[in-house]
Amino acid sequence: MQSSVIPVRTESPPAPLVKLRGISKHFGEGETRVDALRDITLEVQPGKVIGLLGPSGSGKSTLLNVIGCIVEPSNGRMQLDGEAVYDDRWLRPDLRQLRLEKIGFIFQFHNLLPFLNSLENVAVVLRLAKRNRKETNERAMELLDYLEVGHRANASVSHLSGGEAQRVAIARALANRPRIILADEPTAALDSQRARIVMDLLRKVASEQQAAILAVTHDEKVYDRFDQIFHLRDGHLDE
Amino acid sequence: MNLAFRDIRHSLGRFLLTCLGLSLLLGVVLSMIGIYRGLVDDALVLARSPGVDLWVVESGTRGPFAESSRIPGDIREAIARMHGVVAAGAVTYQSVEAQQAHGKLRLYVVGYEPGRPGGPRHLVSGRPITRSHYEMIADQRTGLRLGERLRLGRDTFTVVGLTDGQVASGGDPVVYITLLDSQILQFELAPAAVRREQARGMAVGYTDTVNVVLARVASQVQADKVVDQVTHWKHLSAMTQAGQEEILIRSVVAQARKQIGLFTGILLMVSAVIIALIVYTMTMDKLRVIATLKLIGAPDRTIIGLIVQQALAMGVIGFAVGALLISQFKDYFPRRVILQPQDGLVLALIVIVVCVLASGLGVRLALKVDPATALGG
Repeated sequence: MQSSVIPVRTESPPAPLVKLRGISKHFGEGETRVDALRDITLEVQPGKVIGLLGPSGSGKSTLLNVIGCIVEPSNGRMQLDGEAVYDDRWLRPDLRQLRLEKIGFIFQFHNLLPFLNSLENVAVVLRLAKRNRKETNERAMELLDYLEVGHRANASVSHLSGGEAQRVAIARALANRPRIILADEPTAALDSQRARIVMDLLRKVASEQQAAILAVTHDEKVYDRFDQIFHLRDGHLDE
Repeated sequence: MNLAFRDIRHSLGRFLLTCLGLSLLLGVVLSMIGIYRGLVDDALVLARSPGVDLWVVESGTRGPFAESSRIPGDIREAIARMHGVVAAGAVTYQSVEAQQAHGKLRLYVVGYEPGRPGGPRHLVSGRPITRSHYEMIADQRTGLRLGERLRLGRDTFTVVGLTDGQVASGGDPVVYITLLDSQILQFELAPAAVRREQARGMAVGYTDTVNVVLARVASQVQADKVVDQVTHWKHLSAMTQAGQEEILIRSVVAQARKQIGLFTGILLMVSAVIIALIVYTMTMDKLRVIATLKLIGAPDRTIIGLIVQQALAMGVIGFAVGALLISQFKDYFPRRVILQPQDGLVLALIVIVVCVLASGLGVRLALKVDPATALGG
């Protein structure tokens, strides 16, 4: 097993928001066993935008699912925002609540709820976090304005352009002020101009909110927007 | 923020169409219950109409509706003289088919003695029978009007009064004529048949036969006691009003009641299966949405609420529209449909329970959805 510690380079590194130690994940047993992640060690500091690259089946999505507490690792240790959440077993029973509080997700195809308008799509996360209606609406509107889609607050999802929908999805991911944002191919469905706008927005969010952003991407035109890029090959993580 | 309501609003047309289909199904269920109520009420209306306490019929029978009963007409005098009996009347019942200009008319003919128990309790128009022969009181459902003439057997009758809601257990509208006329109609043979019977050496001409003697007893007298006396001393069968109604419900309409009950049960099961399939399909359409909700941290109760609330909305709207449709169109049914509030309430509760149970399949599917589905890859 190959092990590598790859800290993000900073002058005086603050406490990492994502800290993985020896995380492995395999599916199946015996002859059908597939090692998706092998002994991954990774630290991501606040304010950084990290790119995860790799060929199809290399384990990128599995790594994202593990950090997002969707897939249970086979072994290793994981800390999110300073809280130990996995140590050869889940340390918190309420992983959905953990996701609600600490993690924001951005999807390849925005995955907005089609029966809600833009404002409601952002507000739903806040309502799930039991914020009151007034606070919810103010925060949702503030985020839409921040992402420059405030004028589309009452538009239904089907009436949004690809770029607008992705910005609403980013607003939703930011709603609960998560410290960790996981993005799965956030620019894949966008043209190069819009892709750069979205990545610049993510950089702005990471910088202003001191959040850690991990994005899986194949999109070469946005590589220059990452602070650091990691490659996953056969379950191994290399810088 | 109610996600179920938002989702319904988003695909309102499809949801309303589904509700409409369900409402037709639930409307049929409700109409079946109404038909059953109508059947029972129709069966009882004729027995309740005379307002009597005692039914005296042929010994060993449970007539006149459940079994055939024939007793001599003078039995009425014997019953009237019994202790505790304040009034008695002889009555005949028979089904006939009358020929009209526009077709045949099925009727249930009641022959009674005017001024004695057995006649209609209430007229909606016209007057009671005052002549001994050839006058008739008809129910409005016959379509006959006051003054109209109708031939029954070998005689022609004039409608002098109208009743409302008087039908036999088979649904045929009731007409009332005098006992004498009804005995002629029921028992008097045609001249050719009389000659044939005389040739066989049989006695003919005696028509003073009735199907039942109805009696009212004094308020301080128990009808059961009179029943015992009649059975013991008069060698006849007798039953109280409650006994007669029990026979009608248990015997006369029992099969129809079971049939309708079974059919209603099957329809409810079909409704449950259809609701379950609709909810399951609606959940299938939302798998990615459900995965996204799970991923962003929605608890199971939010997802279960989304599915169960939609199933309940579908059931409640379907039931309400179904009930509205049936209440508007019930009068067009060939037989009486009686919608009782308590039946509607019970069916509404059943629909709610069915919706909750039927949504179980969709909930099970939703809870199994992997949140990673939303991410893909």
